Amino acid sequence: MTDLCRLTLKEATDLAKQDGAQSLLNAFSKRAQALNPKVNAFLRFDPAKIEASVNKAPLCGVPVSIKDNICIDGREVTCASRILAGHVAPYDATVIEKLKAAGATLFGQCNMDEFAFGSSCETSAIGPCKHPWDLARVPGGSSGGSAAAVAADMTLAALGSDTGGSIRQPAALCGVVGLKPTYGRVSRYGLIAFGSSFDQIGPITKTVEDAAILTNILSGHDPKDSTSAPRSVPDFTQALKRDVKGLRIGLPKEYFIEGIDPEVEKSVRQAADLYKKLGATVQTISLPHTEYSVAVYYIVAVAEASSNLGRFDGVEYGLRVPAKELREMYFETRDQGFGQEAKRRILLGTFVLSAGYYEAYYLKGQKVRTLIRQDFEKAFREVDVILSPTSPTPAFKIGEKTADPLAMYLSDIFTIPANHAGIPAMSVPCGFTASGLPIGMQLMARPFEEAALFRAGYAFEQETGIYKKKPTL
Amino acid sequence: MEFQIDKVAELARLNLKPGEKSKLEKDLGAILDYAQKLNTLDTGSVEPTSHVLNLENVFRADEVKTSNAAEKALEHAPHRDGDFFKVPKIVQRD
Repeated sequence: MTDLCRLTLKEATDLAKQDGAQSLLNAFSKRAQALNPKVNAFLRFDPAKIEASVNKAPLCGVPVSIKDNICIDGREVTCASRILAGHVAPYDATVIEKLKAAGATLFGQCNMDEFAFGSSCETSAIGPCKHPWDLARVPGGSSGGSAAAVAADMTLAALGSDTGGSIRQPAALCGVVGLKPTYGRVSRYGLIAFGSSFDQIGPITKTVEDAAILTNILSGHDPKDSTSAPRSVPDFTQALKRDVKGLRIGLPKEYFIEGIDPEVEKSVRQAADLYKKLGATVQTISLPHTEYSVAVYYIVAVAEASSNLGRFDGVEYGLRVPAKELREMYFETRDQGFGQEAKRRILLGTFVLSAGYYEAYYLKGQKVRTLIRQDFEKAFREVDVILSPTSPTPAFKIGEKTADPLAMYLSDIFTIPANHAGIPAMSVPCGFTASGLPIGMQLMARPFEEAALFRAGYAFEQETGIYKKKPTL
Repeated sequence: MEFQIDKVAELARLNLKPGEKSKLEKDLGAILDYAQKLNTLDTGSVEPTSHVLNLENVFRADEVKTSNAAEKALEHAPHRDGDFFKVPKIVQRD
């Protein structure tokens, strides 16, 4: 008998259409129970409550897991933070409503960096998630639990959220596919906010085909999210044609710089060569303001974060530290509820928005964000898709970057620009290092042209078959 | 750059433990130093980006609908008194 956990989402739904999803759910429950103590990908998952309904909807009851910053009615949601421990969501996020309507079984709730602040899953108040290919390493972050669970075959697919690379970077490090859709493509209603002008929900999957299937389900305008785009959604599976003839691909020279791991660079350049062989054209392009992306992000996104986290004050929900007077309650609740990285970002965001510094930092950051957007607008006059590494390095060791926040922040240098510009971007596995760690490549496209990413990603994936290689656990 | 941590923590309504202050102060100073690189760019004639979609004035119809949101929200209150969130005293008597 084939190992059911190794199936893709597509294969599993085809199977469940015939035989129902119960045998799949049993297999995933068993595997997740066995592996979670090692990997720590799930914060919560209750095998006793997992049962398949008789289900004719497209996903036929197969298991999909959810990052723990997305609200599911009646279930605990914590953002991996002490300040929300025990908090039960009173409603479904729009993406959860859509998954339920599509017949998914909501399986595990995934570990993450606290409030999505991090690139390694180490800031989780519940303890770090581990890399399925090497348990001494980080899975990336912030959606590290989602990526690790998919890579370890503990779930068929998962949802993550991406503010500066939080879907794509862990997907790259763990050797799975991760898509950040165009800003506005997927409703953010019910996603606990971090940087509201950046945040997007997207799928983390084993294959590009699975990502297209889930993006079809998740996308669309939502009256409950005033930042969701009133645009029609194409059938993304139509882009899965294994044909890149005539596709114009750009390699940004600013993404192949000193500091990038030589094995990562080599693997991405080999991917470019393969595209040429398959009939695409490849040219070097320039995105001159790339080097300012991280600085802009750690001004503008943390400003939004400090504002969004103002609501955690012990009054209406979550942790309350008892005190004699209100002011003391605010200060103590926030001290005891937030971890170090959350405090760092709240302080930084508060500072750049404060009187006397707003123009020099926040407004300046927003202006440079415009320059970064314009770089992409210019580049997309010449090319259809931009190809780059997703992360400058493969997965790093647990503890390696925790002492130096700036070094950690710079690990997102290639993913942050797409969030500044609001464009869709996807990480696709493109190879392995000599020591056996996965490498991911990033594809970026014009706003609302996710189809171009699926077209390019699918052709590469089918040609190379890299996704078939699995970690030993 | 020096980061005035006590002042900013006060604005952020955040107590800090004595042991964590100096590390945070140092980290934040280093990040602000790094951000100085933006000052090498002339942005005099550049419009700021506050939002990437060019959506304006997103309205919905002002319709009355039934909702149990208020009751559901109160279910999660750390301290509830009837239909109110109860908090400690706000104004102290001298």
